[in-house]
Amino acid sequence: MSQPRPNSKAPTRRIRGWRDFFRSPWGGFAVRRVGGLILSISFLIILTFAIVPLIPGDPAIAILGPGATAESIALMREKLNLDTPLVQQFGTYLQGLSSFDLGTSFHYQTPVLSTIFTKLPYTATIAFGSIAVVLVVAIPLGMAVGVLTRGGRRPVIGTAFGAIAGFLASFPAYVAATILILVFAIWLKVLPPGGSAGPTTFVLPIAALALGPTFAVARVVRQETYGVLQQDFVRTARGHRISNSRLYIRHALPNLMASTLTLTGLILSGLLGGAIIIETVFSLPGLGLEVVQAIIYRDFPVIRGIVLTIGLIAIFINLLIDVVLGLIDPRTLGASSHD
Amino acid sequence: MTESRERHVPASLVWGLGMFAVLVAIAIMAPVFLSDAANTLSSESRAEPSATHWFGTDDLGRDIIARTLVAARLTMLMSLGATLLSVVLGVLIGGMVWVGPRWLRETTLRIVDSTVAFPALVLALVIAAILGPSASSAVIAIGVAGIPSFARITSNMVAPVMGRDFMSTSRLLGVPPWQLFARHLLPNIGGPLLVLIASSFALSLLEISSLSFVGLGVQSPDYDWGRLLNEGLPAIYSQPLQVLAPSFMLIFAGVAAMLTGDGLAQRFDPWGTQPAAHRSPNRVIARNGNQTASLVEVKCLRVTAANGTELVRGIDLDIASGEILGLVGESGSGKSMTAMALAQLSPDSVTTEADVMRIGDIDVLSFRNRARLAREIGLVYQDPGTTFNPALRMGTQVTEVARVHMGLSRRKARQVLVDGLRDMRMRNPESVMQQHPFQLSGGMLQRAIIAASLVTEPRLIIADEPTTALDVTVQADVLRQFKKINEDNGTAILFISHDIAVVQALCDRVLVMKNGEVIERLTGDELSKGKVSHQYTRELLAATPKFDVALDRRSSKGGGA
Repeated sequence: MSQPRPNSKAPTRRIRGWRDFFRSPWGGFAVRRVGGLILSISFLIILTFAIVPLIPGDPAIAILGPGATAESIALMREKLNLDTPLVQQFGTYLQGLSSFDLGTSFHYQTPVLSTIFTKLPYTATIAFGSIAVVLVVAIPLGMAVGVLTRGGRRPVIGTAFGAIAGFLASFPAYVAATILILVFAIWLKVLPPGGSAGPTTFVLPIAALALGPTFAVARVVRQETYGVLQQDFVRTARGHRISNSRLYIRHALPNLMASTLTLTGLILSGLLGGAIIIETVFSLPGLGLEVVQAIIYRDFPVIRGIVLTIGLIAIFINLLIDVVLGLIDPRTLGASSHD
Repeated sequence: MTESRERHVPASLVWGLGMFAVLVAIAIMAPVFLSDAANTLSSESRAEPSATHWFGTDDLGRDIIARTLVAARLTMLMSLGATLLSVVLGVLIGGMVWVGPRWLRETTLRIVDSTVAFPALVLALVIAAILGPSASSAVIAIGVAGIPSFARITSNMVAPVMGRDFMSTSRLLGVPPWQLFARHLLPNIGGPLLVLIASSFALSLLEISSLSFVGLGVQSPDYDWGRLLNEGLPAIYSQPLQVLAPSFMLIFAGVAAMLTGDGLAQRFDPWGTQPAAHRSPNRVIARNGNQTASLVEVKCLRVTAANGTELVRGIDLDIASGEILGLVGESGSGKSMTAMALAQLSPDSVTTEADVMRIGDIDVLSFRNRARLAREIGLVYQDPGTTFNPALRMGTQVTEVARVHMGLSRRKARQVLVDGLRDMRMRNPESVMQQHPFQLSGGMLQRAIIAASLVTEPRLIIADEPTTALDVTVQADVLRQFKKINEDNGTAILFISHDIAVVQALCDRVLVMKNGEVIERLTGDELSKGKVSHQYTRELLAATPKFDVALDRRSSKGGGA
């Protein structure tokens, strides 16, 4: 931490060392959040580990099928480390994870980690791309409608938005994907239907993934706009006799962002689930397509690795939302999540 | 607009339930009548739409419409199963944590929270991986994946109910936990829960279909809508209707659920059916020319709520320059509405009318010059905790008028306000400017807003219950500040309070309001000597303890006009 300038713009919490950092709001947030992270990651590790022991019956037979020879079953039990006690199996799993060894794919006979690294960019692009689209479109749209229709004004706009947004919000990503392919790739022939040939292949997947959540979030933003406009501090700001644009952008928007992000965090991380599904529609060689194949082939090292990766991305998205929330509204830094 | 104002079943609920009824009817009837057409292979592979096959046939010559309709039964049954699983286990977990000991609740909720962070589909993939791809594993997968969010939301809904008196009473009486849960908790959270179940059913339907769609759910030869979509995808070029039919059904189900959820939410939301505000332009009556000595003149002010209730029923008031006028009355007497109408800050939902309403030469009913309004009227509000924008730093907010309407630079405005805060005897004003409102006490915030309201040297300060939310010692201090401003700058003050003791210590004249009308007009002296005539004022006086802090009233200051 650098020493603050003597007559600087006076940060109220001058952070001089680690002790001060932990006492500052961001320090407290970091401590609490790291605790939460450890919990979430532990849960994820235990969950992925549990996949194999929880398989009903003998996992080796489940993988190889009923017709397998005793010899190949013994070999598979060896590969899955099934003959040791559960605790020791977990220990071996943890040991592998700590050295970034996720095992070898049964199907491809290649390291799982390299599979993940080649597939991750596709999934990450469509997931984060559509989150960006959702936020950039939904917040201005919902706020504009909220402002225009506050207190029951312009009922036609209100009703029309409600109907259209409600309709589009109930589009599941894979149905949207199918219809977008029909319209833009087959009938209009303006965009590729799938594959992995350059940036344009991502347009339809991102649009399909963002469509429903955009309107779901816009509905929330509209509702939140009504709430924010009724707050006392908006009256205070009106008492400052500022222009409407300043009132909405400077005073209402930050609060709107805070409540919207809190409410839509789940929509945004749920979008990751949609990403997994729609890769099938677009034959996009990402983690989703791969994990579905792995489940069908019962390729457990790959399943474990990909679920772990997707889980980590979800944790990362949640962390990102919390940090942005903290920047917008520092009260959330101190908030305990429940009780 | 034919919408009635009474609470009735919302249109969206009617539509949503109607669409659900259609789906249920299809699910029951279609397999009975259409199974043959749906499952019999024929030689008419991928036929074009015709009179016998409205949507054509698939690659094995089966009727597309028949298959889509027959699939409704399996799809709906699976969604029902998954929803039941999530609801029963989720509600049980979320409710029971509150009747168990605290440590159990904390631990369970922590675990639930760490799972809610993951998309439901990730958990579903894990379960599909354990059980292998099949219809039943898809149901269990989606059902289990829905448990954490039901547990979370139930627990959130139960929390406030737990705090209510009847809960602690029943606990004291020794009602067993399970009975508490079934008899007291469930009925209280039933409404919101219904909304949740409706939306969860739709979500399960779409998610199970998505698992079937990627091949992890229903397996051939069975089929649900997801499976049909999956089978149609390879033929999307030659037979687009084969993907459109199940897509349509999935969207239909999604819309039905969305409408039902919205409708239920409106039905159970006590604020949901507030009628739209009826806006009528403020009536401007030609004001009479005689300019009296009074700074503020209000004649026959009427404020009407959207539902027609009269909040303020034609009151008159005037305030001389440099005078402090008190407005007392219980909550709901219309005093705040009067003040906000005078400040041109009435909420959107009310209508304001008056024969005359002016501040100096400003006709409040029609004046639209923001800068002058900002400069002439200083405003102090009731609850300092909500008056400030929680997301902005203090400096940004208290300097806003100075920067926007007085043309001061950021630095200059900041300097002026730092001095102002120091005048309000605030310590470390520089650091206060950097802080967020939640980091300051109520007294500090109230002094900050008083300081901010003084920047423009307004002729009138409207203070709406400025001391109500403060501790008694802080109250006295804030009152002294008002007195000092009034004496130093000759600023007139409209001081609103329900606390008659506070008002008599500060004000030159006092109006007593009840039910939107002024029922008594007194001078401060009359009030402190108890010379009141109206029974209601006497009751108000009797109900309040004497305010003992001397505010050094100047007895010479007249009760003008």
